[in-house]
Amino acid sequence: MRQSNAYVLLFSGVMTIILGGALSLASVGLKPAQTKQIELDTKKKILGAVMDISNLKTGEEVLALYDKRFKSVVVDINGNPVEKDAKGNPLIAEKIDIQKNHKVDKEVRNYPVFMFLDENDPSKVAAYVFPMFGSGLWDWISGYMALDGDLNTIKGVAFDHKSETPGLGARITTPEIQGRYVGKEIFENGDLVSVTMVKGESGKPQDAHHVDGMSGATLTGKGVNAMLENYLSSYTAFIKKQKSASGQSAMAF
Amino acid sequence: MSTETLEKPVVKEAEPLFSKRRKKFVTDPLNDDNPVTVQVLGICSALAVTVKMQPTLVMAIAVTLVIVFSNLLISLMRTLIPNRVRIIVQLAVVATLVTLVSEVLKAYAFDMYKVLGAYVGLIITNCIVMGRLEAFALANKPYDSMLDGLGSGLGYSWIILAVAFFRELFGSASIFDFKVFAAMGLDFPTNGLMVDPIGAFMILGLIIWVQRTKNGYVEH
Repeated sequence: MRQSNAYVLLFSGVMTIILGGALSLASVGLKPAQTKQIELDTKKKILGAVMDISNLKTGEEVLALYDKRFKSVVVDINGNPVEKDAKGNPLIAEKIDIQKNHKVDKEVRNYPVFMFLDENDPSKVAAYVFPMFGSGLWDWISGYMALDGDLNTIKGVAFDHKSETPGLGARITTPEIQGRYVGKEIFENGDLVSVTMVKGESGKPQDAHHVDGMSGATLTGKGVNAMLENYLSSYTAFIKKQKSASGQSAMAF
Repeated sequence: MSTETLEKPVVKEAEPLFSKRRKKFVTDPLNDDNPVTVQVLGICSALAVTVKMQPTLVMAIAVTLVIVFSNLLISLMRTLIPNRVRIIVQLAVVATLVTLVSEVLKAYAFDMYKVLGAYVGLIITNCIVMGRLEAFALANKPYDSMLDGLGSGLGYSWIILAVAFFRELFGSASIFDFKVFAAMGLDFPTNGLMVDPIGAFMILGLIIWVQRTKNGYVEH
């Protein structure tokens, strides 16, 4: 009886329904908590690009600080604000999945911009945070770059990666490497030159558009360079608009 | 007939909860029959997740939970499972449990989820889990199976924790992210080899060597 085809089919069917049901329940039940974790993770990364948040213990503190200090907008490649996605749903900058977004053609991609407001005067923007995405040596790398209010000087970067080599390429997530970008400039005479990580680790300070390389991780460094170049060029239109707007009056978003 | 033929009530002595036989289920895999060092199963994850203690601990707990509960479930179903599809049934049960663990981590320990990521999913392919189901749970009662699973889980756990201890100590100069050498005021150079999987191979090899020398175990 336990060996008949009918029994095997019946057993498999019932088992599939029970296990599938259990998984669906778990998925639905855990969804809100997971969404919140992902949101918290994104906001932590954005905050981490402009300030040290290691003294914030709970997730609530991070979210509260984020809500207080950040405003966001989504722009297209020409620097114009985009409010609705292709289906007509409102776009929320924090909800944009930069990995999925990266697969879309560069020209039609949505570009989120996170604006870090001045602590004393919330009508001024103290820093702009731009998310970016690219390829490292083994898998994807991603990053948030924060520019000062002048939209030229780098205030901080926060890189992440999926599977760069520990101790080599994975060093891009360390404060040591990320600190090298602070104070560098992305424009020269109004043209975008980005910031390039050089080959080899000399330990010597570089000029305003270069940072010291990572020994043994030249290819990860190249990936970072390409990512910065790619995304900064996409944000250039927005940056230029913003600069000329702030020259006349406070921009309104 | 006489009373002699009267059936004596069969008083089956209830086995104590932790009888000698049952204790062996838990203690054997810790040393003499260790799944990692003696049976050489589950090596893959012993290399992959042992760079630091904290993710290793989470992985150890996850694997132990999966072994215990898959052993329990399969043992409960053992009289129902058709022999011809038993492997796929085991796989389905293990995969379900692993997915649950992964989802729970994603909801409540997102940082750990990011570190362990794919490796939690790969618990499905951990030979220890399927090995215990095939070798034990299919033929034994639920409680015994749980103990057996617990033993194998703990046997796996202590080995990967031992490997992680040395890898983190020498590779990152810390234990549970606490900088031990810096706290002692020593300037200890970290060893890049220990951060690579090669370091895990070496430490695992040393553990196996010490253990086999002590136990006098020889491969047949």
